[in-house]
Amino acid sequence: MSQPVAADVLVRTIQLRKEFPVGTGGLFGRRRLTLKAVDGVTLDIYGGETLGLVGESGSGKSTLGRLLLRLIEPTSGQVFFEGRDLATLSRRRLRQLRRQMQLVFQDPYSSLNPRMKVRAIVAEGIEIHRLARGREKEQRIRDLLDMVGLGPDALDRYPHEFSGGQRQRIGIARALAVNPRFLVLDEPVSALDVSIQAQIINLLQDLQEQLKLTYLFIAHDLRVVRHISQRVAIMYLGKIVELARADEIYSNPRHPYTRVLLSAIPQIHPSMRDERIKPIGETPSAVNPPPGCSFHPRCPYAKDTCKELEPKLTAGLSGHAVACHVFPAP
Amino acid sequence: MRLNLMEAAGLLMVVSLVLAALFAPLIAPHDPVRAVAPTFGNPGPPSAAFPLGTDQLGRDVLSRIIFGARVSLAVGVAAMVVTVAIGVTIGLLAGFFGGSIDFVLMRFTDVMLTLPALLLAMALVAVLRPSLLNILIVIGLVSWTGVARVVRAETLSLAQRDFVVAARTLGAPSGRLIVRHILPNVLPTIVVMGVLGTSGTLLLDAGLSFLGLGVPPPTPSWGRMVEEATTYFRTAPWLALFPGLAIFYAVLAFNLLGYGYLRRRGRSRAPGATI
Repeated sequence: MSQPVAADVLVRTIQLRKEFPVGTGGLFGRRRLTLKAVDGVTLDIYGGETLGLVGESGSGKSTLGRLLLRLIEPTSGQVFFEGRDLATLSRRRLRQLRRQMQLVFQDPYSSLNPRMKVRAIVAEGIEIHRLARGREKEQRIRDLLDMVGLGPDALDRYPHEFSGGQRQRIGIARALAVNPRFLVLDEPVSALDVSIQAQIINLLQDLQEQLKLTYLFIAHDLRVVRHISQRVAIMYLGKIVELARADEIYSNPRHPYTRVLLSAIPQIHPSMRDERIKPIGETPSAVNPPPGCSFHPRCPYAKDTCKELEPKLTAGLSGHAVACHVFPAP
Repeated sequence: MRLNLMEAAGLLMVVSLVLAALFAPLIAPHDPVRAVAPTFGNPGPPSAAFPLGTDQLGRDVLSRIIFGARVSLAVGVAAMVVTVAIGVTIGLLAGFFGGSIDFVLMRFTDVMLTLPALLLAMALVAVLRPSLLNILIVIGLVSWTGVARVVRAETLSLAQRDFVVAARTLGAPSGRLIVRHILPNVLPTIVVMGVLGTSGTLLLDAGLSFLGLGVPPPTPSWGRMVEEATTYFRTAPWLALFPGLAIFYAVLAFNLLGYGYLRRRGRSRAPGATI
């Protein structure tokens, strides 16, 4: 099953859903409880762009990233990579396609096998896909390390001998070893010091330019994605609530949740500190999300319709899409 | 790496056992299978010439214990290798593939766990005839369950770790994931379980020998020595005491080494300890 796709759409999802069973509820456990991690996401990612995906912990952004790579099976919905439906591919074809899409992890400590030397870690993808052998392979590993800013002295060392930032570089080299076109960056700098964050973001930008990569950049605050993304999607309880060009999101946020996220960024200048919007209470459970707009219990602007009718993500003329009854797309 | 007291003592004791087994002919004062005392027909008490006494056939008990270390250690260690091989295979498969494979393997493990090991071993040896190889296989067959459960648990948690997900994303097939990513990270646990388990297999071997199902005579084995001594327990208690102490010493040696290591690594309980 193939889907007519505009030439420059690299990854497309249609009504993607992922539910995790979390036990049973109700009398005699007759009601099966599921956590709706990703709840009907329709999204296009264009070739060569960086799409920032922002949401707080538990909003389903990591799950969405893994669904795109088909590391987990969706409950329903489709993922297309270059117009090909991943669900219809055979195991072998899927393995070949795996080369095209890779993942960079948040935690640079658990993402590298502690019992493998850097050489073996970076070589893994080359070996699996038989991309090079012998001297050629060795040279390729050195080139990859050089690309991420590590010297050949790193080759024979173990991950624990490196700092967090260096380990993240090793993880990036491992992902690049198979010449991918699409990288899911799952909070790649969240675990790093602020000074190191900038270095890694610059590295990712350089690599994108050099290798014509497409990024899905997942983050939990808007500050980090600001400089790297062309478009930003805001995710709340498994749904995308706002999607727009990066400058639009920052200059003209529509959805109350986006505004909450924006006002959570610490401002240096005192004059910019006022009109902070605070959400009411805690994130509701994704096991039992509220009816209507899932943000309404926390929204300071909620109307009666918000409690009953679920707002659809609709785009305005400028392409700025919002899912909100109170502040529709401009 | 600094050893703690338990580990150091255990290591020293294990090394002493290994040396005794290796150099038995040099250390033992007498031939273990020949009558060397003139007290034929009656056990002789400990004396200057025979520090641990002599048995009813006039054989030197000390020499027999030293030579007995060979069989006991060899059987204990080899049986542990069989145990670990079975346990690790089942644990890795169950933990990695999960689902129905996990269910079937773990229910089978539960069933095995409910059967008393020594009783099952006796039945199996009786059917298979006691020979060195059969005893190794039987001990392995009745004692792999603990290893399987621990390895499964570790595999389950490792399979979720990011570096395994990363290898999966690179397209690594299951075999490569298990061999290159999971097994090397379970290895430290396997080694500890092997060391601790050796005391168990040693004891099981002694038990089987005591019941007459061990390595056939005249090879001296500690379990059989205790068994033979029961007849003379009132008149010559040292005959049973000294081989019993040897078993105690060997079991203690491996337990000290294993638990000492665990204590140093901050784990008070053995992985999957059932006792």
